[in-house]
Amino acid sequence: MKQLKIIEISAKELAERIKSKEISSEEVIKAYFERIEEAEEKVDAFITLTKEDALKSAKKTDEKISRGEKLGAIEGVPVAIKDNIVTKGIKTTCASKILENFIPPYNATVVDKIKNEGGIIIGKTNMDEFAMGSSTENSRFKNTKNPYDLSRVPGGSSGGSAAAVASLEAPLALGSETGGSVRQPASFCGVVGIKPTYGLVSRYGLIAFASSLDQIGTLGRNVEDCAFILNVISGYDDKDSTSVNMVKKDYMKYLSEDIKGMKIALPKEYFGEGVDKNISERIRESARAFEKLGATIEEVSLPYTQYALPCYYLIATSEASSNLARFDGIRYGYRAKDYSDINELYINTRSQGFGEEVKRRIMLGTYSLSSGYYDAYYKKAQKVRGLLKKDFDKIFEKYDLILSPTSPTLPFRIGERLDDPVSMYMADVLTVSVNLTGCCAISVPCGYIENLPVGLQLIGNRFNEEKILRAAYAFEKNSGTEKILPDLRGEENEI
Amino acid sequence: MKYKTLIGLEIHVELMTKSKLFCGCSTEFGGEANTHCCPVCLGLPGALPVINKKAVEYCIKAGLAFNCNIAKITKMDRKNYFYPDLVKGYQISQYDVPICSGGYVEIESEDKPKKIRLIRIHVEEDTGKSIHSEKGETLMDFNRSGVPLIEIVTEPDMNSPEEARSFLEKLKATLRYIEVSDCKMEEGSLRCDVNINVVEESTGKKSKIIEMKNINSFKGVVKALEYEEKRHRELLSQGKDTVRETRRWDEIRNETVVMRRKEGVSDYRYFPEPDLVKMEIKGEWIENIRKNFPELPQEKKERFMQEYGLPEYDSEVLTGTKELADFFEKTSKYVDDYKQVSNWIMGDILRRLKDEDMQIEDIRFNPMEFAELLNMVNKGEVGNNIGKKVLKEMFETGQSPKDIVRDKGLIQMNDEEEIKDIVNTVITQNPQSVADFKNGKNRAIGFLVGQVMKKTKGKANPQIVNKLILEIIKAK
Repeated sequence: MKQLKIIEISAKELAERIKSKEISSEEVIKAYFERIEEAEEKVDAFITLTKEDALKSAKKTDEKISRGEKLGAIEGVPVAIKDNIVTKGIKTTCASKILENFIPPYNATVVDKIKNEGGIIIGKTNMDEFAMGSSTENSRFKNTKNPYDLSRVPGGSSGGSAAAVASLEAPLALGSETGGSVRQPASFCGVVGIKPTYGLVSRYGLIAFASSLDQIGTLGRNVEDCAFILNVISGYDDKDSTSVNMVKKDYMKYLSEDIKGMKIALPKEYFGEGVDKNISERIRESARAFEKLGATIEEVSLPYTQYALPCYYLIATSEASSNLARFDGIRYGYRAKDYSDINELYINTRSQGFGEEVKRRIMLGTYSLSSGYYDAYYKKAQKVRGLLKKDFDKIFEKYDLILSPTSPTLPFRIGERLDDPVSMYMADVLTVSVNLTGCCAISVPCGYIENLPVGLQLIGNRFNEEKILRAAYAFEKNSGTEKILPDLRGEENEI
Repeated sequence: MKYKTLIGLEIHVELMTKSKLFCGCSTEFGGEANTHCCPVCLGLPGALPVINKKAVEYCIKAGLAFNCNIAKITKMDRKNYFYPDLVKGYQISQYDVPICSGGYVEIESEDKPKKIRLIRIHVEEDTGKSIHSEKGETLMDFNRSGVPLIEIVTEPDMNSPEEARSFLEKLKATLRYIEVSDCKMEEGSLRCDVNINVVEESTGKKSKIIEMKNINSFKGVVKALEYEEKRHRELLSQGKDTVRETRRWDEIRNETVVMRRKEGVSDYRYFPEPDLVKMEIKGEWIENIRKNFPELPQEKKERFMQEYGLPEYDSEVLTGTKELADFFEKTSKYVDDYKQVSNWIMGDILRRLKDEDMQIEDIRFNPMEFAELLNMVNKGEVGNNIGKKVLKEMFETGQSPKDIVRDKGLIQMNDEEEIKDIVNTVITQNPQSVADFKNGKNRAIGFLVGQVMKKTKGKANPQIVNKLILEIIKAK
């Protein structure tokens, strides 16, 4: 058997090898930073790297191990964190000028949890500004490239996290979802991405885009690694009123190849107009793989699907317009230099500090919350959201899971959709319903088309992570598609 | 022309919870700027609110005290606007489902009870505070940011500035009684906005509503309302009208001045706060609050009349604040004559408090020490007048009455032999008064008693003095 390089080893196995002193945490961190130095100039997955701190932490881990102390679940394992999750003492920018020098005085709950379990933060990943976008092109700082074709986008908004995991710059990463921002880049970059049930993972310290939709998710190279890190970050947090207080599950326990008798629904609306025929076909082939494993597949209908995207963009922008009001240049972050009174300070700071897409969404949201429009837009969208939930509840009465493509298209070229926001918004059409209904979902690679990765999506009912994980795990082990590592090539001259 | 004045109030009251509405920071007043702060009340990116159950409970408590309906399910909403003291760009408040709705406060108006209806009471967070430095900079202090408030909104049921004052006094007394707020206007824990307009009764013509914000004393409220009432009436009588605007009470110029015109309605883009879940207020919770409800002023007044046999007036005065009532009750534990306790409190103590603009809780002695003094008077150890002097001394030094009497040698002279010597001297020195008395001028005796008291520095027992004077004169 071919000897795997450190950076090729799965996160779970890395943890085991570090524990058994086969490799030291320091070796692991060094190997990853060597890889980052080599790959980063092509991929641009990170906004901030924390090499020194990471090496210090690795040394501490190794000392702990040599002293025989109790170790955390992911002791010594590197983790990349999306740059909208606050890290104490480490710049957290949301890929925005308005926070370009913001150093938070506290850690997000998930960051504390990772640190408490021995995880080592290696850097903060690039994203669409304030997680608004589907290509990571809305970053104020850099364009992250798709490791499978550097002329293409990695998806978004967690494009940096997905690209870092895909290009072996990190074994694990945290992303965040509001409408598909973990699953879609996972699909584009050929990695696994989980959007947990709303309320499973604490949002404390996640810089809000749309509070009722946001959820921190995980990205890894395989299903097991995603379950591994989900075990660490999930659980009730009394600092987040929307986190749910329930018995914590050990997701690793549910990973089995046995999915006999599992009922999987194939919603016809997810294979219709606007979805690349090749992708549809690939997902139907994958459905047959599930059948071979003993699951039953049935076509169903989710009639409200067509309203999900407009509903999503109303709710998400409304909440965003309020959530982003705190960035006013008064207390922290960027402040315009030219102003003569308080109103000008606000206007100039926000005009200069926010990018185009963020401003567009703030305006959309402000409009739909305005008196006289509230009922027609925000309130109506909430009603549609309720109907969508009913749609899904009905399906989950009969089926364990819903299977669909994750993205309607293959990774598109950098710049291709920048001038057409609506076509960019369409990238989320298959993912937003999950956020609107609070369900959980996973995107798992299911092969390649034109050498570009394709992801399939498994949606589970609320707090049914074990089901999506088990099905995804069984599929991953038996689908027969061979994993191709990205070669970081592409039409680089175009970049 | 007859005019009817319509006054509505909007009162913000800071709750007495130990911690803020959405985080664990202290609500204590004062403290160095920005020391009672954390990521939540500073609105740092990523921070989330968690509601303080105690604040909700206090709001329910206020609602129960004022006969409101308590919502079964309630929620928080965001009120969006930009202001430097508002850290998140929105205030977490309540919009369409306040915790309390309806209800009323009963006041006395022209000796008749009158109900002032409430529209709602809701809970919300306070903002930070701008500090304007001499250099012209604006600095921010966020210690107050996130302190829980309740907002109480009335119907325009008050028809005179005096009724507004009665309402505010009743409201304040009740909130203090139920220990929901200390209502200290000087510390900003009670802030009052008023709305006023006037109707010409025969024609039904109304002047436009004027709003006045943040008036910082009840006196100011009354003066501002009186000023506006007059202004509205005068304008109407001239066939003119007021302009819909926000005005400010200028204490120095003794008049109201325009702050800003209301151009259109400001749009706060309220929507449900997605960071907090809906709250269910269960019947058991309300029952529990009701069960542990402190006695309200009216109940206390009635009990004082019964239990202590006090006249209605005394009971009314003594139950004016919870602290005063407590002071009376604690003193009465050690004193047999309740009316005496009442008389002393209503007389010397309240007069002194009023003169010095103090509250009963600010005084330097406790009920036990006060009771000790009263008992010394009752046992004749000190005379009534000396007792009052001792009380004055207690106010000033905080010393116990025993110490004061001992240090100043104020113990009453009850020794007849001792007093007799002084009486003899006084009688010899004032033959004219003795003659007057003998000629039937009974008032002369008073003068003689006064002379003895003067010589003994008030320590002689006046009854003994009186008796001895009569005896000696008659014997002459």
